[in-house]
Amino acid sequence: MALLSKKDANLILDPLADNNPITIQVLGICSALAITAELKASVVMALSVIFVLGVGNVVISLIRNIIPSKIRIIVQLIVVATLVIVVDQVLKAFAYELSKTLAVFVGLIITNCIIMGRFEAFALGNGPWKSFLDGIGNALGYGVILIIVGFFRELLGSGTLFGIKVLGDPIAKTGVYAFGYENNGFMIIPPAALIVVGIIIWVQRSRNRALIEEN
Amino acid sequence: MLEHIELFFKSIFIDNMVFAVFLGMCSYLAVSKKVATAVGLGAAVIFVLAVTVPLNWLLDQYLLQEGALSWLGPEYADYNLSFLSFILFIATIATMVQLVEIVVERFSPALYNSLGIFLPLIAVNCAILGGSLFMQAREIPSLGLAFNYGVSSGIGWFLAILAIAAIREKIRYSNVPAPLRGLGITFIITGLMGIGFQSFGGMLTGGDDSAAPVEETTVELKIKEEKKEEKEEIDEQSVTYNEVNLVQE
Repeated sequence: MALLSKKDANLILDPLADNNPITIQVLGICSALAITAELKASVVMALSVIFVLGVGNVVISLIRNIIPSKIRIIVQLIVVATLVIVVDQVLKAFAYELSKTLAVFVGLIITNCIIMGRFEAFALGNGPWKSFLDGIGNALGYGVILIIVGFFRELLGSGTLFGIKVLGDPIAKTGVYAFGYENNGFMIIPPAALIVVGIIIWVQRSRNRALIEEN
Repeated sequence: MLEHIELFFKSIFIDNMVFAVFLGMCSYLAVSKKVATAVGLGAAVIFVLAVTVPLNWLLDQYLLQEGALSWLGPEYADYNLSFLSFILFIATIATMVQLVEIVVERFSPALYNSLGIFLPLIAVNCAILGGSLFMQAREIPSLGLAFNYGVSSGIGWFLAILAIAAIREKIRYSNVPAPLRGLGITFIITGLMGIGFQSFGGMLTGGDDSAAPVEETTVELKIKEEKKEEKEEIDEQSVTYNEVNLVQE
């Protein structure tokens, strides 16, 4: 972190924990949860958001003084949409199978509230370098949650990580399956993602009591 | 007629925007503290979906799809502009939201007062863009069905936010563990409701074995790998989101 002053470092580190976009700011849940049944999809989604938010924040910050404030939402949407098209085309070209898994959820990065939220709250009022750090930090905070959820859902639901059978073979009954362990099919269905995030919030807020909400 | 009814119930219950694909979660969580505001936002979502989905269907059909430009002349028949769909869809939505806001303000001030603050919010609600993208992905065949899809998925979203708002009003008087208060318990309740909604999966296909034999086999294969016991409970209706979630070759 020698490269960054303490203030700049905080821009990246804050959103990772105490100001996490998903668990604290409640942004960007929409496109996040549906694709976390597999770790691989979660990682790709996290990388895509890091790219879009990092670059988008810089672009918005560069043109912040010439956007008329009345049409800024549309300008922001166009910038995001363009970046997302780039991501989508790259995925289709180099990881076709994965782009099928992610399906419409790549497109939904456009309406990911984290992105619009950071544009509005940060990039419109700060310089490009700071905006870049803020974008990367928030996208990382988002990615961390995504990867944690993806890790547990894939491990407990299918007994695999990145598609590799880490717990042994459920059909041939090797590894832990030899002792009668069964995959928890519940983790694969979509609602399980919500419950896992709920538990993450629970753990985080028990560790840091300052974050607890009034009812 | 039958396909209209089927799509209607399917979009409300089985492919519910919130419980099956998590669309519009941000506003769902943020605006569900009171029933009254939840109703306002829900109504606005139905309204905007009903307008934008058919509109984007027309765009998709006559501008974006592969070969969609052939009405301009045979030399345009090879064009495939579908990579532009994100930017066009979101532009349509943002414009329509603005237009709707202006029109409603002019002709129905009462409605404007109840929807007013929510309309601009809606431009960036994932449920709206999601509606259009799913419409495109599922290749909905006609304009009437697209309108139906827009309205019914809006109603599904409306039901979801109404239900969670009512539950949250009640839960205020319960003794929830402190770290779970607010956001955490809302997530977990939504998860439980989602599990409840999964049981609607059997609704449309009860006894209809010939409905989708091809889809059935692919699902069976996937399910076999992942949850052997629950195989029987899952039918091809779950395909739509299972494909998104658990494709694991």
